[in-house]
Amino acid sequence: MEPSGNGPDRDDARHHEPSPTLYPLGFAVGIAVILVGLVIDPLVIGSIGLVITLVFAFLWIRDATRLHREERIAVEAERREAIAAGDGKPVRGERFPRSRFLESMTVGLGAVIGGLVTVPVAGFALLPSFLGQGRHKVDLGPLSEFPEGQWLVATFMTDPAAGEVSRRTAFVRNNGVLDNEPSFTIISNRCAHLGCPVQPNGPIGRTSFEPTASGKVRLIQATPAGFGCPCHGGQYDTEGNRTAGPPVRALDRYSFEINNGRLVLLSTFSVSHVDGTGAQARIYKYKLAGPGQHVDGGEQWFYPIQPPHH
Amino acid sequence: MPGARKQPTKAQIRRRNLEVALEYPLDWLEERSGLVGGIKYFLFRKVPADTNWMQTLGSATLTAFIVQAVTGVILAMYYRPTPQSAYPSIVNITDHLTMGWLVRGMHKWGASVFIILMFLHMGRVFLFGAYKYPRELNWIVGVLLLLTGMMEGFTGYLLPWDQTAYWASVVGINLNGTAPFLGPWLAQFLRSGQEISGDTLTRFYSLHMLLLPGAIAALIGLHLYLVIRLGVTSPPWSPEAAGRDRPEEPSDLRQGLTRPAAHGSGGQS
Repeated sequence: MEPSGNGPDRDDARHHEPSPTLYPLGFAVGIAVILVGLVIDPLVIGSIGLVITLVFAFLWIRDATRLHREERIAVEAERREAIAAGDGKPVRGERFPRSRFLESMTVGLGAVIGGLVTVPVAGFALLPSFLGQGRHKVDLGPLSEFPEGQWLVATFMTDPAAGEVSRRTAFVRNNGVLDNEPSFTIISNRCAHLGCPVQPNGPIGRTSFEPTASGKVRLIQATPAGFGCPCHGGQYDTEGNRTAGPPVRALDRYSFEINNGRLVLLSTFSVSHVDGTGAQARIYKYKLAGPGQHVDGGEQWFYPIQPPHH
Repeated sequence: MPGARKQPTKAQIRRRNLEVALEYPLDWLEERSGLVGGIKYFLFRKVPADTNWMQTLGSATLTAFIVQAVTGVILAMYYRPTPQSAYPSIVNITDHLTMGWLVRGMHKWGASVFIILMFLHMGRVFLFGAYKYPRELNWIVGVLLLLTGMMEGFTGYLLPWDQTAYWASVVGINLNGTAPFLGPWLAQFLRSGQEISGDTLTRFYSLHMLLLPGAIAALIGLHLYLVIRLGVTSPPWSPEAAGRDRPEEPSDLRQGLTRPAAHGSGGQS
């Protein structure tokens, strides 16, 4: 064997390394056949494997030692004509060198893999907040619990499975009958400034608990002169119109239905302002917007597209 | 010549052997990683002779962040981010677990210390003019650190899950919601839906615990890299401060780099 020193004799110009050979594969196949033969039929298949192994071992050895047995192939060192520097002609290189191809393939495949991982993860991070938003109907109890003209502070869970975190409050007043249909004013207690819970400005009375399909509902009698927010002092009248402070619109309201003589809350909607009172009120209704967001006037154009809610 | 030297005493040999034995692990590490040299490069830098106590505010902020990280990791061992058990687990940490009140107190008050120190550090950098060329990028990284630090404060405030935490987060999220155009979308993302729910709590917990601290750690790494690369600024009253004439330099060398007026002669002896 030739010593593989680091000296100048070990240059590639002197002789070529043996070209790649398939004989080791044949050798490996032979070994595999021997092993299979040892399990199935050592005499026949094992012998065949041994023959294959020996033949390819011989060929492999002969091939590997060829350069040491034969005369060295003299190879002329490659020479190219030097291009004179500064002759003004730009030298055009190979247009698509292999290294550049491999580089772009590595970066490209990396980008594809990164995308395949990122897209579902980013979707999982973002989409559940916007898709499949639903709101449960809330049963507040039989109509007999809501005497005409009496304000009640109703506290209930919008999703009993989620527990206390879904507790919400609404101010409910039975306005009597309008066109043979019951009329209710149901105002959300979420302040239209930044979402704090507004309180009734006035004395409160008897508390009762009403067991319903949506869990226990608490009803407190109240005689409010209006509603006020403890956080930043927003004030509203009994129709939810802003009378003072920072809120940008009237209080939100609940839509409702009467189902088998029971009052059922549906979704909420936003209100810019209300003219009149009670059953005769004219409500300027808008799609639900977040607190602090204008629904009318010039500022409404700051919030052109609302995210999907219920 | 070795022969000319006096033979070392036994005590000297022992001492020499001890030194070799002590240095061996460091040499082993240095040879394989270069870490010892790296740490020396990081810690034993040349700084201006007249650096000021005010220039320790950045290190103080880093220390405050490390305190927050360590106490936060330990609090996470006892805290449970669900609507039913978040507040009871906070009560347990504060009232029942040994020294829980101390670690929670360190995290709670340390949060304010961290934010205050960031502002003081920013004020120092501003008043020293240390944000000027070539350190503008480090100012920008610092602003990003301030923002992520404030986000840490916002997301951490919800976690005790008491009335203050809940309503402060309601107001904070709705404040984000009033931003034009994308505000409502941002609010709904933060809320993890149209209403505050248990998902809001776990979302804030994840942001507070994983995403934001990771971002802050990475930004601190970039911040320190730029500090080391660019060096520490001299105080503005220093004779070495940028823009002053230096006696040992021929003045024509600096022409075009400074204003021609001899404005920098003060402070030289």
